[in-house]
Amino acid sequence: MKKILSLVLVTMMLLAILPTAAFAEGSVTVYNWEEYISPDAIKMFEEETGITVNMTYFTTNEDMMVQVRNSSSSFDVVIPSDYCVERLAKEGLLEEINFDNVPNYENIGENFKAQYYDLDQKYTVPYMWGTVGICYNKTMVDEDITSWSILFDDKYKDNVFMLDSIRDSMGMALKYLGYSMNTRNPLEMNAAKELLIDQKLRGLVKAYQVDETKDKMVAGEAALALMWNGDAMYAIALNDDLAYAIPEEGSNIWIDTMIIPKGAKNKANAEAFINFMCRPDIAQMNYDEIWYSTPNDKAVELIGEEYIGNTTLNPTQEQIDNCEFFYDIEDNFLLAYNTMWTAIKSAK
Amino acid sequence: MNQSLKLPSWSMWAIGFAAILFLIMCVITIRRNHGVKRSFFAMPYTLWMFIFTIVPIVLIGWYAFTDSATGTFTLNNFINFWDSNYTVNKMYEQMGPEYAVLITRGTVNIDILVYSLWMALGCTVICLLLGYPAALFMADKDIKLGSTIIVLFIIPMWMNFLLRTIAWMSLLEDQGLINSMLRFFGMDGVKLMYNDGAVLLGMVYNFLPFMVFPIYTTLNKMDGKLMEAAQDLGCNEIRTFLKVTLPLSLPGVISGITMVFMPSVTTFFISRILGGGHTMMFGDLIESMFLSANDWGVGSALSLVMMLLILISLGILRKADPEGEGGSIA
Repeated sequence: MKKILSLVLVTMMLLAILPTAAFAEGSVTVYNWEEYISPDAIKMFEEETGITVNMTYFTTNEDMMVQVRNSSSSFDVVIPSDYCVERLAKEGLLEEINFDNVPNYENIGENFKAQYYDLDQKYTVPYMWGTVGICYNKTMVDEDITSWSILFDDKYKDNVFMLDSIRDSMGMALKYLGYSMNTRNPLEMNAAKELLIDQKLRGLVKAYQVDETKDKMVAGEAALALMWNGDAMYAIALNDDLAYAIPEEGSNIWIDTMIIPKGAKNKANAEAFINFMCRPDIAQMNYDEIWYSTPNDKAVELIGEEYIGNTTLNPTQEQIDNCEFFYDIEDNFLLAYNTMWTAIKSAK
Repeated sequence: MNQSLKLPSWSMWAIGFAAILFLIMCVITIRRNHGVKRSFFAMPYTLWMFIFTIVPIVLIGWYAFTDSATGTFTLNNFINFWDSNYTVNKMYEQMGPEYAVLITRGTVNIDILVYSLWMALGCTVICLLLGYPAALFMADKDIKLGSTIIVLFIIPMWMNFLLRTIAWMSLLEDQGLINSMLRFFGMDGVKLMYNDGAVLLGMVYNFLPFMVFPIYTTLNKMDGKLMEAAQDLGCNEIRTFLKVTLPLSLPGVISGITMVFMPSVTTFFISRILGGGHTMMFGDLIESMFLSANDWGVGSALSLVMMLLILISLGILRKADPEGEGGSIA
């Protein structure tokens, strides 16, 4: 009996060790947004380094945060947005990057380094950046878009796609009212909520969605949409009638960064991957694939006028200065935001 | 809040301990019986059930009754379900009276639940009205087409329901197939998408087979001689149906109702895709609690409420169909 018992226990222990031992060598697990990297770039990375890339995907920052908190060690590279980096850093879930292993970091523009979420440049390497604005169909909108007010104009009844994303939609409303996107003032938050409920009850909003919007805009389903500039680039490429504008009240600017989560099993491979992604030709491949603005100065030189002269991708410095980063908000504010969003979504 | 996202520290030990205990039991069973018993083959399934059904339910219960910040027992998560302003009220107490403006109608969560129940009820009634005649038709042995229709009913189910729902989108949208055709024939387009009707349509489309097949099974099993006997005794077709066929098929109907009603209440994808996110279903609310609000406690409490509703409907099913004749799942 004892023999069998010990045999069982030993088998159990061996089983427990097995998975970690089997995959520790020669792989890197990347946790990325869907359709946010060039598959060819991954293939090149695998061929050049012999490291196997396991891609896993998320659709919102919030999904990603849940997974990373649950088991940060199951990923080697994660690509969160700025305010999530701030939160992950606060929670001690980031591993310091050894920048000696990432020489291509010098290709990244100085504008994008040492942002508020990583002032000491220890944890992050910028991957892509962008803005939030209005994607509109020129055949249905014949005025210049200078203000967010157009999203609240009764002329466009049942003709506006909003983002089904709490902070983007609330942030837009706050900006329109002249407040900060990171406000903690309850009166301002409430005003934004009331504005969005009013917009919905007046029948302006056609739908709240995220991924579907760009294809719907291409199909000409609506005149206006609150959209990220990368999605707008994609839509404009498929339909010449579409254009993108950042209203003068200002908007949100964001940077998605590559980080290594705490306890990553293949840190060296992760650094190799990050370094590879900073290579100008690879950054260009990623740009060609996903159409977001790249922080890689050398890549911008490679792409040339197509990038530099494009106001959707490359807004003027004045517009950038008008824009605001999202800062992390504490949990009880997050709950308050969520309660407000539930109230907006279920308003009838 | 952070701790709430990890499994409780003892859970891994509990799972490990249970697994070891289970293996020991296996070994003892084999040795006692000097060979393998038939019940031994049920063990992988038991283990599967344990890990993927029992453990998650225990965890949901644990989260629902635990304060995520302190890890102590609490009923606040359920209060939060009842009064959706609970968090805002707490902010108001902690951070000062100016936060009182954020307090709104406190019954948003209940409203969403009631709305989901209404939608599920509507879906069930429509499925029953459409499904019963279809099942009658399929089960009628005089109609040659019956078996073909069964196959046609099953084929779409080979595809993932998400894809089928997305396909509806390209039919219904303003520039979609139906509206393009209407415009081609010189008619005005109709707004088909992004309303309750579209959500209901998506739900009926997806859940109709769950109504048709249980009814079809009971009708098919029914002895045709009973109907002949009724007619010999002077019943006309309508009376035969009302007095014989309908009562005998009731177990299937009840089973169908439960199998449509349950997934309807918990739907969350269809309302987003076809409803354009204008209304929230209870499933959407649970999802947003876990993902956007990052509050696993309230999310679990909502899930428990949901499970309670499902248990109640299963109980009703049991009462109405004690022998489980309708091939029910209870």
